[in-house]
Amino acid sequence: MNLLTQVKVLLHKEIVLEWRSKYALNGILLYVVSTIFVCYLSFKQTSGVIWNALFWIILLFAAINAISKSFVQESKGRQLYYYTIASPQAVIISKIIYNILLMLVLGSLALLVYGIVFRNPLGDPLYYFLAVVLGSISFSTVFTMVSAIASKAGNNGTLMAILSFPVIIPLLILLIKLSKNAMDGLDRSVSLDEIGVLAAINIIVITVSLLLFPFLWRE
Amino acid sequence: MSFIYKTWWKAVAVLVVIYTIIAGFLFPVPELDIVNETIRNVYFHVPMWMAMLVLFSISVFYSIRYLVTQKEDHDLIAVECVNAGLIFYVLGLVTGMIWANYTWGEPWSNDPKQSSAAIAFLVYCAYLVLRNSIEEEQKRAKISAIYNIFAYPIMIVLIMILPRMTDSLHPGNGGNPAFGKMDMDNTMRTVFYPAMIAWPVIGVWIATLRYRIRKIENKNLDLN
Repeated sequence: MNLLTQVKVLLHKEIVLEWRSKYALNGILLYVVSTIFVCYLSFKQTSGVIWNALFWIILLFAAINAISKSFVQESKGRQLYYYTIASPQAVIISKIIYNILLMLVLGSLALLVYGIVFRNPLGDPLYYFLAVVLGSISFSTVFTMVSAIASKAGNNGTLMAILSFPVIIPLLILLIKLSKNAMDGLDRSVSLDEIGVLAAINIIVITVSLLLFPFLWRE
Repeated sequence: MSFIYKTWWKAVAVLVVIYTIIAGFLFPVPELDIVNETIRNVYFHVPMWMAMLVLFSISVFYSIRYLVTQKEDHDLIAVECVNAGLIFYVLGLVTGMIWANYTWGEPWSNDPKQSSAAIAFLVYCAYLVLRNSIEEEQKRAKISAIYNIFAYPIMIVLIMILPRMTDSLHPGNGGNPAFGKMDMDNTMRTVFYPAMIAWPVIGVWIATLRYRIRKIENKNLDLN
């Protein structure tokens, strides 16, 4: 099997596994919605800057919770089985793609519920949605690799948080700036710098993950 | 690797550092508004960051070497370079804060450059915590090497690229010119460039000493 078919098969397996139990998906969706309600009930109304920052913080914690599971769910024996039939690159690529899909669902739903509960005028809704899409992709690429590292190191929640927060902060700064520009309805060309740097960081992270993961799974 | 046991380069580095300290305080500097005599801080503040970057880069280099060769020595070099780099990190931050106190009015003003530096510190603290969380030596070496390589490019983006994109008070960022371009005259360069080379060498010396102590400790453990 070549890499592409391997990725396809593994991705299909991930989605089918998720769809059968629906436990993780429903759990994390409920997590996002209830966090939004907790925030709404504590803040009631907010200014634009806080609205934007709060949204990204909610999404950040939802992403950490959703993605930290990606390597723990499966038993050691089953992981060993994947490694004998698939290449390590296929394993990490399929996990990254699956997490991107999951985060896209999560991010869109969060934006929808958040927009309904907390009313805040968006200057450029389409561009804001683009920021959410870019954010979902960035969170997935970084957290997938960090969760792989954390799962090898005993996997506790603290470790996942301290390893991933400093790494995600530069991305978060860019995302908040990008979405703030979209919220204020600034001209789209203003944010091209941020989009460029975000894309560059994502490419670096994916490349480094592909290079490093083969060393990580071998035990 | 035998150069770490030689004396000459350490002696040269110490002499150059002594020269830059004496010359840095005595040589004339251009008179500028606001900055005034505090411009002498570039002889001390900037070389600290240079030393830190050099040490962290050596650390990443040896982390890559470790993944390829699986030799324990390479892991020891990587971790001791991070430890020595953190010393220079703290010195760089403190010298910057003293300077900021006189020119910006307060030591910590949440400038993007300062925030980025603080976050970069968290990355390397996380690296050390990750090391402590794993008992088994080979596993610890491997996983921390992977995290080190993974975090390094993001640390570079954080302290070199992001502050340049936002408004920052720091010279060289956010539209402010760096001292090097406009204000540094040739007398300053004769002090600044040697300092930029000598301090990283001192840093490497500290790291090699710590590495050799580690080696001796490990040897004693084997004997017992």
